[in-house]
Amino acid sequence: MADLKPGDPIPELKETPDKYLPHRYAGASGDFNPIHIDPEFANAVGLPGNILHGLYMMALVARANANLADGDPRALKRLSVEFRGMGIPEQEIVVSGEIKEVDGNRILTECVAKQGDKRVIRNAEAEVEL
Amino acid sequence: MPVSKDAVGKQWSPVVYQAGREKIREFANVIGAANPVHHDREAAVAAGFRDVVAPPMFCVVYSAPAIAPGIVDPEVGINFATMVHGGQEFIWGEPVCSGDEITTTASLTDVFQKDDKGFYVFESESVNQDGQGTVRGIWTNIVRGV
Repeated sequence: MADLKPGDPIPELKETPDKYLPHRYAGASGDFNPIHIDPEFANAVGLPGNILHGLYMMALVARANANLADGDPRALKRLSVEFRGMGIPEQEIVVSGEIKEVDGNRILTECVAKQGDKRVIRNAEAEVEL
Repeated sequence: MPVSKDAVGKQWSPVVYQAGREKIREFANVIGAANPVHHDREAAVAAGFRDVVAPPMFCVVYSAPAIAPGIVDPEVGINFATMVHGGQEFIWGEPVCSGDEITTTASLTDVFQKDDKGFYVFESESVNQDGQGTVRGIWTNIVRGV
C-alpha cells in the first residue's frame, strides 16, 4: 500500500446481506425500527419491503476503507456519508471508490455504495491513516 | 409551517455505555469485520490493545442512545413518521476496547429548511473513562413535508 496516489481505485468490497441480516444488525446495534425488520409494517408505510439500516451500509464503506490498512481499527479517522435510495436484503452491495489526496501517511478517499445501478450511499468521504 | 430553530443548542443528559467483549464480537460479526483483534483477546493484546477492540462503526452502539431523546423531544418537533436518516459523519479518536466505559453527550446544533424538507443536525461527543475522546458524530435527519 506504500505507493498509493490520487486516482487509484480502492479495492472493491462486495457483500450480499442475507434475508435476516437486518434482524441481526438490529440486535447488534439496538436499532429496532420496524421498517428494517417487519416487511408488513414496511409495506404499510409505502416501502417495497423491510430495508437495510443505513448505518449497516455505512459500516461496509468503513470496512472498505479500513481494508486499505489491513483492517486496522486505528486507521479510519473520519467518514462522512449521505444516505440515498434504499438498500434491500438479498441483493449484492458493491462499495467502490478512489483516492483523492495523499498527504504523508494520511489519505483521503471518495466512495459510493451501490446495489445494481442504484446508489444507496453517495458522497462518502474517508480519511485513513496508514 | 417553517421549521423552528428554538431548540438549537439544547443538550440532553449524558448516556454511559459499558463496552463488553461479546457485544463487540456480535457487532463485528454482523458487519463482517474479520480482523482477529475484534474477536480474540490475545490477538488484540498482541496488536497493542488492552482487550478485544471495537470496529470504528461500533460507535453507533454506544452513541446513538444519546441522540434518541432529542429525536422525540417535542421542543425539537421532529415528525418521526416522515423522518429519514439523511447523512452521517464520524470523527474517531481513541479506539474502544472491552471494559471501557464511554460517556456520550448529544446536542442539537442546527435546524434548517430546504423546500419542504426540514434538516435537523445533532452532534454527539463520546469520551472514555480516562477522558479521551473516542468519537464525534454529526447526525443529519431529514423530515419530509414540513
